[in-house]
Amino acid sequence: MNKELPPWVDFGLLPILNLLTAFIVAGLVVLAIGENPLEAVGHILFGAFGYGEGVGYTLFYTTNFIFTGLAVAVAFHASQFNIGGEGQAYVGGLGVGLACLWLDSTLPWYGILPVAMLGGALFGAIWGAIPGYLFAKRGAHVVITTIMFNFISYSLMVYLIVNFLKVPGNASVQSRTFEQTAWLPKLTWLEGIFPGVSSSPANVSIVVAFLACLFVYILIWRTRFGYEVRTYGANPTAARYAGISTTRVVVTIMAISGGLAGLMALNPVMGEQNRIFLDIPQQAGFVGIAVALMGRSHPFWIVIAALLFGVLYQGGAELAFEMPNITRDMVVVIQGLVILFAGAMEFLFRPMIAPLFSVKEAASA
Amino acid sequence: MLDLISAANLDSTIRLATPLLLACLAGLYSERSGVFDIGLEGKILAAAFAGAAAGVYLGDAWLAVMAAIVVSVIFALIHGIACITFRGNQIVSGVAINFLAAGLTAVIGNAWFSMGGRTPPLPAEARFRGGDSVLTPFFDGIPGIGPWLNEVILDHTFFVYVAFAAVPFTWWVLYRTRFGLRMRAVGENPAAVDTAGISVTLLRFQAVACCGVLCGLSGATLSLALNSGFITNMSAGRGFIALAALIFAKWRPVQAMFACLLFAFLEASESRLQGRELPFVGEVPVQLIQALPYILVVVLLAGVIGKADAPKAGGVPYVKER
Repeated sequence: MNKELPPWVDFGLLPILNLLTAFIVAGLVVLAIGENPLEAVGHILFGAFGYGEGVGYTLFYTTNFIFTGLAVAVAFHASQFNIGGEGQAYVGGLGVGLACLWLDSTLPWYGILPVAMLGGALFGAIWGAIPGYLFAKRGAHVVITTIMFNFISYSLMVYLIVNFLKVPGNASVQSRTFEQTAWLPKLTWLEGIFPGVSSSPANVSIVVAFLACLFVYILIWRTRFGYEVRTYGANPTAARYAGISTTRVVVTIMAISGGLAGLMALNPVMGEQNRIFLDIPQQAGFVGIAVALMGRSHPFWIVIAALLFGVLYQGGAELAFEMPNITRDMVVVIQGLVILFAGAMEFLFRPMIAPLFSVKEAASA
Repeated sequence: MLDLISAANLDSTIRLATPLLLACLAGLYSERSGVFDIGLEGKILAAAFAGAAAGVYLGDAWLAVMAAIVVSVIFALIHGIACITFRGNQIVSGVAINFLAAGLTAVIGNAWFSMGGRTPPLPAEARFRGGDSVLTPFFDGIPGIGPWLNEVILDHTFFVYVAFAAVPFTWWVLYRTRFGLRMRAVGENPAAVDTAGISVTLLRFQAVACCGVLCGLSGATLSLALNSGFITNMSAGRGFIALAALIFAKWRPVQAMFACLLFAFLEASESRLQGRELPFVGEVPVQLIQALPYILVVVLLAGVIGKADAPKAGGVPYVKER
């Protein structure tokens, strides 16, 4: 069972088999409903890539999922499971929004962006660091505390918006709309390739998302701290023995994780709605779990996985329109199946595949 | 203040505590055997849908409960196969169960009933309703508090009595039976149980199946008794409140009941407390009351009010020594 397999099997073949299984099961669900899965795939692809506005929405969702996927992934490297991306992104939205509300009539968007990034990352980081601290100092499982912090964030944000940020006399539960100076620009430079892309909410925060990928890559694989994180993730006892501080690693990595989730809020708050509103992350925090698992916690694969889920989210809307029998919740089913097969059942095919390769090796030896 | 302990409020406390308590005890079986379960929410939701759908098609309350239990057990077994057989990550598997249930109930519900994920309202014979029992006249005879007792204790549905009977039963199973002893042992030190010649895998699967049955009842309570039919995402975080209650009770059945009653009392009192001045504390925002169960658990885990020690082998797949 624990025989060494060639790397391309472990990191290529097995994950692909697992993903295929997830999508085949998803296809069976569509069949069971009485629809044609291939036709469904066609609608999804057309919705995601068929026209400029669709491409824009795909990029918009992808941006969210890159941030939340990275957030889950950095925590994975320290063997921490951050389920709190949703709450961290929500609270991060407060940080982003407050920066915009504060500066929107004084600075242009590129002046506000760094402050908004700082605000979002800082608020998210605090929301992530507390569970990290509770784990390091009190042994409280991060999974449980981050779940609790998600729910606390929902109540906290409703309270803050209703009592402090809402426009008096306006029935809708949201802050005032930012002045146009604080709106992140749309991707107008893509108009040439995808006409209509700027009528979607896709905006320059996708550039920030790519920079975040670079940051995570350097942090995890090219710094001393990243080495400590990976050491701690591989074997906490050995790491402690080598003088690596649990508190430092876990609290810092959870703060970074929360900060990345908090940055996600740039996209909906500063790029799309231009106000602080209810349910800012819209499940993106949870999609991040699937993205990180599928992307095997590496920034490059996370971008690919985020794009896949971006396609599913945007294409899913098209699908629900073309095939009313399948609602957009089908995406949630696929998400669940990806998490189940790429995550929880990652060892599903290993015992079946392993003999094939060890026999070959024995023969060649 | 008095209306918080009014018959109506306590009555709804007990009613709201029921799905929580069933789910909390469900989690207790699973986690005491060393299988963490954050998929309680998903199982409740799937069961609620299965119960409602069976109720609509079959028009029989007991068949509906059976359907709810069967579907919930299937989800529990998926969790079991992923984390016991294939030694997958229990948290990841739980997350997957939650998404699968949320997605499948909405997709299938829409495909079957075309009501945006809802089921049609249940026929009367597929629903559970409380009513007068043989004791009602006797209680009514008690002067003063008789009618009050009637409303709080009698007049409930089948599920309420099952849930509260499950508390002493679980205590008995856990602390007074061979199965319970082995289950607790397998959650603390599976290697020792294995050495004694008892199958860790089988024990954990049994515990996970118990969890499935109780989650099934919890979901059935939601769609067959508290409501008449299924609404999208009707579990609304109850699985996580149950999980919070389980931690708050430090994985013990009787304490779990009190934790569930406390959280249900908060939920029931929410509307009564809204916008009201309380002595000493002033007006409490309704959002604070909603978040209180979660805050209490964080405070508990922070070690301020005693320490919550999870079963030691929880979350760790068992690998037999060779």
